[in-house]
Amino acid sequence: MRYIPHTDADVAQMLRVIGAPSVESLFAHIPSTLRLNRPLEIEALDEMTLMAHLGQLGAKSSPSTGATIREGGALSFLGAGLIPHHVPVAVDMLLQRAEWYTSYTPYQPEVAQGTLQAVFEYQTLVAELFGSPVVKGQPAPFVSNASMYDGASATAEAVLMARRVTGRSLAIVCGAVHPQYLGTLRCYLDGMDSVGQASIKTVGFGSDGRVDLQSLGTLLADLGNQVACVLVQSPNYLGVLQDVAAIQALAHKVGALTVVACPEPLAFGLVKSPGSQGADIVAGEGIGLASGPSLGGPGVGLFAARSEHLRQMPGRLVGETVDQDGRRGYVLTLSTREQHIRREKATSNICTNQGLIALAFAIHLCLLGKSGFRRLAEINLAKSEYLKQRLSSLRGFKMAVSGPTFNELAVQVRGRASDAAAKLREQGIFAGVPLDQQDFELPSLPDAEKTLLIATSERHQKADLDRLVTALDEVCP
Amino acid sequence: MTQTKSGLVETRHLLHHEPPIFEQGAAGRSGASLPTLDVPEVSASTLFGDLHRDAEPSLPEVSEVDVTRHFTRLSRWNYAIDIGMYPLGSCTMKYNPKVNERMARLPGFAGLHPAQAEQTLQGALELMYRLEQVLCEISGFARVTLQPAAGAHGELCGLMMIRAYHQSQGRFPRKVLIPDSAHGTNPASVTLNQMECVPLKTSADGLLSAETVRAAVAQHPGDIAGLMVTNPSTLGIFEEHLAEISEIIHQAGGLVYMDGANFNALLGKVRPGATGVDVMHINLHKTFTTPHGGGGPGSGPVGVVEKLIPFLPTPTVEHKDGVYHLNYNRPQSVGRLRSFFGNFGMHVRAYTYIREMGGVGLTQATEMAVLNAVYLRALLHEEFPPVSDKPSMHEYVTSDKKLKKETSVQTLDIAKRLIDYGFHPPTVYFPLVVPGALMIEPTETESKETLDQFASALLAIAKEAHSEPDRVKHAPHQTALRRLDETKAARQPRLRWMPQG
Repeated sequence: MRYIPHTDADVAQMLRVIGAPSVESLFAHIPSTLRLNRPLEIEALDEMTLMAHLGQLGAKSSPSTGATIREGGALSFLGAGLIPHHVPVAVDMLLQRAEWYTSYTPYQPEVAQGTLQAVFEYQTLVAELFGSPVVKGQPAPFVSNASMYDGASATAEAVLMARRVTGRSLAIVCGAVHPQYLGTLRCYLDGMDSVGQASIKTVGFGSDGRVDLQSLGTLLADLGNQVACVLVQSPNYLGVLQDVAAIQALAHKVGALTVVACPEPLAFGLVKSPGSQGADIVAGEGIGLASGPSLGGPGVGLFAARSEHLRQMPGRLVGETVDQDGRRGYVLTLSTREQHIRREKATSNICTNQGLIALAFAIHLCLLGKSGFRRLAEINLAKSEYLKQRLSSLRGFKMAVSGPTFNELAVQVRGRASDAAAKLREQGIFAGVPLDQQDFELPSLPDAEKTLLIATSERHQKADLDRLVTALDEVCP
Repeated sequence: MTQTKSGLVETRHLLHHEPPIFEQGAAGRSGASLPTLDVPEVSASTLFGDLHRDAEPSLPEVSEVDVTRHFTRLSRWNYAIDIGMYPLGSCTMKYNPKVNERMARLPGFAGLHPAQAEQTLQGALELMYRLEQVLCEISGFARVTLQPAAGAHGELCGLMMIRAYHQSQGRFPRKVLIPDSAHGTNPASVTLNQMECVPLKTSADGLLSAETVRAAVAQHPGDIAGLMVTNPSTLGIFEEHLAEISEIIHQAGGLVYMDGANFNALLGKVRPGATGVDVMHINLHKTFTTPHGGGGPGSGPVGVVEKLIPFLPTPTVEHKDGVYHLNYNRPQSVGRLRSFFGNFGMHVRAYTYIREMGGVGLTQATEMAVLNAVYLRALLHEEFPPVSDKPSMHEYVTSDKKLKKETSVQTLDIAKRLIDYGFHPPTVYFPLVVPGALMIEPTETESKETLDQFASALLAIAKEAHSEPDRVKHAPHQTALRRLDETKAARQPRLRWMPQG
């Protein structure tokens, strides 16, 4: 076995030093009633056979790609919480350095300055993207942690944090939040609250796809001092940019925090950051910019909050300090919030996070840089607007909601969306997510069964968009 | 610099002090390669109005060369398994096979979008189904969910299922018994389920005794939700009374949760699901070689016995008539713990490893992991006595007790001095019940020579502690940075880079 270096002679010598007659004798103290008395039934494979087996499994699925002409696989317009972007080759090449991917959590800072400084830079980038701008001479307005599992669990943790900060328990969820984010939030809050306690209230959206501010105002007026936070997603599940500032103004009146979920952080290359719009806590998902889609994981949960709430943040934090000789260095810090010190009183139970994917996210953002990030956002917006205009001109097609969008569109087609998607699949096109598809469904949307959620990005060329439009028009009745 | 015999200059490798990326580059520089726009330009400010962001986020302005050098230079400041032994107790830092990395990057896995239709995901669903099956075979459970993203996420999931099980019977007992040697994630996960921890004291021999559990159960009649136990315990010893303890918990109406962080000690030897444990999480990033990535991603599948199957998170992967599909129709499920299907890339790596090792190889891995730990204990026991007389399993826990009595050197110093000898330190000051703990887990992938060198280093440090204690107390001496000021970091938190002035 190539990963086990022991020769028979090694084992014999080691047993002699130990004073044990056999390897088996090292397990003799385990009560025999607990022992397995047969071999495990799993066949071992050599590397070539193993690769052939995995290769065969891989070949049984069709990867989603930007354009068939570039990569093979299906031409995909799937988004719904994961809009894949082109990740430069340099990102994965750097990630494959063993010093990054085979290192552990940086508990010994003298031999982990690489990871610690990289996380510090990641925290800076996330705070910059989601927070309000730094004012020279003032303390940092927002801080980010070292990452959470994914956007959905980060959002649930953001709501839990808002409950700790305010000492209140109710979360008001503005439509339309990703159904899986809402499901995860319910799952987390079910754990925290007594059976039947309604700790979530939802507010619907109007014909523009944005939260109905009047209903939100009424609900807040009614429940006022019970509300820990108002949760809003932007761009939301229907691709629409929410007016966070207007929502925050209502929440602020009753002392509730504003939590913003951002599954598509690229939007903030062109849209005012959630922090600038008054958000208190921002949770996002970085997978689309960090790595390939990989069936949705591993990704990275982005998490930033106003500095004044620092002590209630979940997750690890890296801070700058100096060494004995006064040189700049980095350490894990403020760990008295965390489970390994605070145990049952910790701000979260999270330990292992998504470090390597956070690193990938940081590397890509550095490569894009100030101008590239902005330009990439412009390209996404332009593609999406082109598609919007083309689709809107088809007979019987229209945007399901009218609000401003970034790179994802909820489109009403002729007939059932799932029928159209099935027909396009036969042509090698993943046309979008039908909003009556299990686990992605949005029943609160009128005519949800006619609606496709279509995502575009820089990965699509004009020809790809045209192909989608033509094909959709052909297959719809 | 020294001259070698050949007259050439001998150098050691270069390590650059590397400033933050925000202090590099020049205005207008970029490392981006973006396509030319082939559709009409649009005006974001017109479309977005008030929502338009006037100023770009201040990201770095650097080339791809700058970025590559920066992250390559930084990487060289890290210790890593591919550099040397990483004996972190309870972390199972074994070698991460290269073939795993290649397989996870196959387009048929890495390129799959989670919203694709089932019929276009058959290979991935089959892989998840097969991984569940082999994990069931190894652990003895009836089913396994792959959704949790890490060990603590698995604990959360397991406790949710325990709660849902009780609630399905119209009860909601609140107390979860947890030995004082447990990982901090255990009590924190309990709190997230609105339950309460009842700490249990381990006996003098380091084991959890049936009497202790019986007494705790008697104190909370009708209110026992369950027990969370790590086995082998964080002292690296097997909980010999677990069968009897499980029976006590079951009789009180509770369920037994096993923290599988130390599962590497049991492969092919004990199947927890067949021995009274009801729920257990498995750390793919420990036992099954998925890389730790400097802090993550992990993956924390959870196994359950038959009666807990209805409560598994949605969706589950099912197989019928040669077709794999996702089952969302599970009315008693705890629901969804996160988006999509878990850390699928980690599932591919773990499945690859398990299939390469096979049942015999996995059993051998456990045998050699235990042999290595027991061997280190034999080499070190005089200077570093074990904290329990019970036999060690995959890790050997000692402390600074002896050295501290004889010298002024303590655990932290020993850990830092080990770095000068080329090793990553063991886990220190954990478990909390052992003052000055040193928790050493070599794993099966270390050779006898490496173990001998590691033991020699620790023995040399013990000698130095007597002869030149200051040298030990000011270690490390060979690293680019010396000991860091953690108090300053916590008192004046600087959690992001800030422009000067």
